This record gives sequence, structure tokens and C-alpha cells, in this order.
Amino acid sequence: MNDTDTQSGGAKQIPVVDYLVLGDQPHLVAQACTKCGALYFDRRNACARCGALEFERKPLSPSGVVRSFSIVHRAAPNVAVPYVSSVVELDGGGFVKANIVDAGADPEKIELGMPVRLVTFACGTDAEGTEAVAFGFTPA
Amino acid sequence: MADSDTKDAVWIIGAAMTRFGRYPDQDSIDLASTAALDALRDADTTIFDVDVLAAGSLMEASNMLGQRLQKQIGQTGIPVYNVANACATGATAVRAGILAIKAGEADVALAVGVEQMGKMGLLGPAGQARSAPSGFTPSGRYGSVMPVEGILGTQLMPGVFAQAGMEYASRHDGVGFEQFAKVAEKNHAHSALNPLAQYRKAFSLEEVMGADMVAYPNTLLMCCPTGDGSAAVVLCSGAKLKTLDPDVRRRAVKISASVLTSDPFVESDTAQPDVSTLTKRAAAAAYEQAGVAPQDLDLVELHDCFATAELIHYENLQLCEPGGAGDFIDRRAPWRDGDTPVNVSGGLISKGHPIGATGVANLYEVATHLRGEAGDRQIEGAKVGLTHVIGLGSACAVHVLERAAA
Repeated sequence: MNDTDTQSGGAKQIPVVDYLVLGDQPHLVAQACTKCGALYFDRRNACARCGALEFERKPLSPSGVVRSFSIVHRAAPNVAVPYVSSVVELDGGGFVKANIVDAGADPEKIELGMPVRLVTFACGTDAEGTEAVAFGFTPA
Repeated sequence: MADSDTKDAVWIIGAAMTRFGRYPDQDSIDLASTAALDALRDADTTIFDVDVLAAGSLMEASNMLGQRLQKQIGQTGIPVYNVANACATGATAVRAGILAIKAGEADVALAVGVEQMGKMGLLGPAGQARSAPSGFTPSGRYGSVMPVEGILGTQLMPGVFAQAGMEYASRHDGVGFEQFAKVAEKNHAHSALNPLAQYRKAFSLEEVMGADMVAYPNTLLMCCPTGDGSAAVVLCSGAKLKTLDPDVRRRAVKISASVLTSDPFVESDTAQPDVSTLTKRAAAAAYEQAGVAPQDLDLVELHDCFATAELIHYENLQLCEPGGAGDFIDRRAPWRDGDTPVNVSGGLISKGHPIGATGVANLYEVATHLRGEAGDRQIEGAKVGLTHVIGLGSACAVHVLERAAA
């Protein structure tokens, strides 16, 4: 179950997506096909690799390496630029798209292949004071 | 199974495109009518001899595009296929025409691709405010409480294709910002010779690299523009071709391969779409179908929606050795005077990319060179060409065209 009611520093928190698990050790959780092991973050109708219909929750490692990145300078009005978008390959399996945070926006300083670890950050508050929490990666 | 028997091949007997650009006073039907009527005239035929119409437009396919076109240029009651397949829309429309002919249900097909893009930018709709008026409620397949674009990385085109290029760079030495920028330098230079290109201005490598950054390493001059335009081709069966005027037969271009793929499962799909596997498969199948090798190609029109995309497609289309894309552009192999001219039209980057039109415009370009009619930008003696388009989501179409035997 997601820790939708996790309290941290008094504020109620909710993960921005349901494949992010909050708590003492935030991490991502995937749906793993019970037949072939393919990993997914979305609600599934079937396995796109083998067609099987059963899935189990698989917690993923919070550590990984940067397989790709881009520094985005043009975005919708509510998004601060520049930011660093990245494809991270997680140790033990799984690929995820997220921002690299706390590493600046200089392409010379962001290394393809560098090890990173998952961190969380607040990304909005609703009218009831609940804080939405997102995840990113920072150089390990 | 090579489709080299004239009896079974499908032929392009007419081709046309509007110059790509901004045409605020013309709607999709205006643009499509121009391209369609020009292509029919080029084929020395009329809409009244066409057996099937395939009309492609990303924005208008669900709006009876083909039927609205017929109501302007000829309401003959023939079957209409309205086609959408992201940026592969136009080539998919051509495939619909090819399949009708191969099925024996049509002798002559008209395929039109068009897009009137209006004021759409690269970004799509703006994001919502982060504070919800009421409580956050998880919704959708990812249980998200707000739009995550920009928060959990980017899934917009410039960044996705930038990350695709950077992933290639992470695995191969000699590939970086400069190599990607050289692709755009080439395509802008090529476009100066193409009167149908939206932009026709050359830029130095320094100007390309120094332009406003959109999504590193893609600067503004390394991104295709939005624009309006249309392209159309008239297709016929080999049997029909034999009955046509000698001049039409002389100018006919053989479709030696026509392949459409979608993206097969890869593990990295959870991060972003993979644009390489489906391209590799489509190209390999096309070379096999045509009985042609990459070295045989005299020119290639491939899908350079962003400069980073073109570079990885050099390898995906087997134009260079695995890992060799950086070296390929460094030694100017894909320039118009190089081993394998790529995007002598100016590519999407400079010729433009009205989404539904592009997949037909590529075929127009290659066919025009094979006919010896490309004017200032003609690749001399061109006999065999390849076209490639890819729509994110994903769809990839590859065609191989050959000049009619002398």
C-alpha cells in the first residue's frame, strides 16, 4: 500500500505518482510480470512482453546510474528551467525517467554513467495542506 | 522475398508537394487539394481514375479529412482511409494505398498527407497549477496527483530525442554536442538548394551551437519547426503501368520495399520510448524486401525531427558501422557530396515538418531525384533511394524506391 498518509514534520504527504513509496527509505515499486519478470510502473491490463495476466509488486533499488540526460530550457509556465531530465537504470533492474537534482545545469558537469541515488522533494500543496512529494536522483 | 517482378510491384506515377511554411489563410483541405491536384496532373490522370484515397493528418484524421478533400476535388464514391500514426502518418497513408493495390482491389491509389499546425508549439498544452483547488486525488494509470511533466523528467519531444542521442553518446566515443550540431549544419546548408523548403538559410557550426538551447544538446537550430503543408503521390499497379502513356512509364518510380513497424517491448520503455529498435527492424526488412544493401543507396531522406535523432538513425539504418555515427558525420559522409547523401532536401530541420505531410514529402523528394528532376539539388545519377519516418508512440515506415529500368 502507498503511504498516502505519511506524516513528516507534521505535514500530510502524498506521493506524486503511486509507484513512489514514501517513508523512511523512499523507493520506487514496479509491477513485475509473474511469468517473465518484465517491469512496469503503470496499471496493467496484461504483460506487453509475454501476454501473461498476473503481476506482483517489486520494490526497486534506490540506486542506479545515469544512462542519458538532457538539460531542458523550454517548458510550460509552471516548470522552472533549466532542469536536468534523465534516464536512470536502477541497480537490479528497472529504468526510470526523472530529474537529476542538486547537480546544476552545466552539461560539462553531468557525467553519463555516473552513479546516483533517489531523493524526494516537495512539488506542491493542496487546499487541505497535503504536500505532494516527487522523486529525483542526485549524484551518489 | 524481393518484390522485383514488375508485375507485382507498386509504382509512383505522380508526386507533388506544396512548399512547407506558414499558410494561415489555408486550411488542411486547401493544402491537401493543391498537393493532390498537382500529383494527379503529374501522373497525367485525374481523381476520376483513382480507385482508393488514403488521407493522412494527425490533427484531422478523425474529422473525415479524406471525404472533405473529395468534396473539394472529386466526390467519386471511392473508398477513403483516414490515417493517423503520429509523424509516420503520411507514410502510413501511402501504405494503405499500396495494400489496396496489392490486394487487387485498386489499380490506382491517391495518398495525401497534410498538416495545418496553427499556433501549436513544441510543448503542447501548458501544465496545470501545482496547487489543486481541492485535495490531491491520485488518478490515471500512474495514480498521479498532478501533471508530472518537468517534475519527473521530460516526455516532450525535444528532451526525449535529446536523451535518445545522449544515450547513444554514452555508449560510443566520439559522439557529443559538436557531432549532433554538425547534422543541423548540414541540413540547413542543403536546404539553400531546395525551393520547397520552409527555411533556406545556411548557418555556421558556431551559429548552430550558439543558438538558444531548447533541450541540451538540441539548440533551436537543431529542432524542426512547426509549419503547414501537404504532399501527395499517385500509385499504380505494375499491370496498370503497362497500359499508360510512355512518358508516364518513363518517369515511374518503383516502390521496391514498403515496411511499417511499431516499437517492440524493451525494458527501458518505462523511462521513455525507444526509437532505435523499430527503426533497425524496419530498415533490415526493407533492405531484404528490395534486395538492396545500404551501400547501394544514392540518397536517404530520414526523420531528423531533431539533430540528435538523425545521428542515431545513421546507425539504425545501417548507413554507418555500429558505433560509427560520430565518425560518419565528422568525415562528412552524409553531405550531398559525400558517400551517402542524407536529407539533401534540408530534412525536417530546415525543409519543415507539417506532421501528416512529411511521410509523403520524403517519397516526393527521393522520387524527384530518381526522375532526374531535382534541379539545383539533384544527386547526379540517382537510381536507388530510401525514406524513413518515425512517429513517437511508436510507428516507423521505411520505403526503398528505384528508378524505372532504362
